Amino acid sequence: MFKKTMIAALSVSSLLPLAQAQAADYIIDKEGQHAFVQFKISHLGFSYILGSFEDFSGDFSYDPEDVASSSVNVDVNVSSLNSNHAERDKHILSEDFLNASEYPTATFESTGFESTGEGEGTLTGELTLHGVTNEITMDVTHIGGGEDPWGGYRDGFEGTTNLALADYDIDMSKFPPVMQEFELYVVFEGIRQ
Amino acid sequence: MWCNSIRGWGLFSILIHWLSAIAVIGLFALGWWMTDLTYYDAWYNLAPWWHRSMGMLLLGVTALRVVWRLFQPTPKEKGAPMEKVAAKIGHLLIYALLLVVLISGYLISTANGSGISVFDWFTAPATLSGLSNQASIAGEVHWYSAWALMIISLGHALAAFKHLVIDRNDVMRRMIDPRVSRRSA
Repeated sequence: MFKKTMIAALSVSSLLPLAQAQAADYIIDKEGQHAFVQFKISHLGFSYILGSFEDFSGDFSYDPEDVASSSVNVDVNVSSLNSNHAERDKHILSEDFLNASEYPTATFESTGFESTGEGEGTLTGELTLHGVTNEITMDVTHIGGGEDPWGGYRDGFEGTTNLALADYDIDMSKFPPVMQEFELYVVFEGIRQ
Repeated sequence: MWCNSIRGWGLFSILIHWLSAIAVIGLFALGWWMTDLTYYDAWYNLAPWWHRSMGMLLLGVTALRVVWRLFQPTPKEKGAPMEKVAAKIGHLLIYALLLVVLISGYLISTANGSGISVFDWFTAPATLSGLSNQASIAGEVHWYSAWALMIISLGHALAAFKHLVIDRNDVMRRMIDPRVSRRSA
């Protein structure tokens, strides 16, 4: 297998003798639904509410030889939020919180990546939510990658970050302090283009 | 006694009319109040439970009411020709808005496919669910149609008082007293 790959790689590189080592572009596999954008927020400090944004799209660029040049962009349809409770979802999307009719899209655009170890790193980027853009950092891990059984090539990552809702002008002052922040968890596979 | 005639309403229609009137005003007030409750209010979960349960019962009663109205004689309108036309359109609008308010409310709570518990007595199952942004859109429809229903109901009440005070006919009386329907012409 390794031999075969090496031969393939060598023959491709011999065809492109002048090509520089370039980061490959990937599209997040939303169609096959190997991608999730989830949030986790405390409920009164007693347990957690879990939910996800079901509709989003994105792409990234990744080169294992030059991870520092990695980048990722994700656009999220805010009104696709689902926490398995229609009335709560409606309330979260209302003007009281996310105001999805005024701010229908949340975006993340990376600005930098710093490796912290084998397959690990810190991603920096601009997160826009509720019309407010902040620079955030996210701990990311390269989970795995390689040829898939259907003739494509995939790489998968996950990332976690904790964010304060007040930073996005979302008023949680009537809720206990533990509910004023949330965890964002993103996991996806990209298909190399 | 129970049935309508072309002269007046039977007891069944009269009871449904006034029960609906009380329920509609009560639900509107409750809905307005409960949507401003804060998270720590003791009524935060209980008020919507009453609102949903009452709403679902009213939806059932309204379905029955519409069927009854279609298969029973309708008392003749009174007043000038224009007033009769206005009354017909007004009543049709009230029925339509009532159904829109009730169904849109049902579509909010069932948007994710869960049914609505009616007084913990039975569960009204979800039918239409999972439409894109269903709860929020149904919520907008619910809010505006509820307002429209309140305004047109006020017009309905004013028109009834006009019959009572200015025209001095029995239009208002026949929605109170079922004996009017049995009077001979």
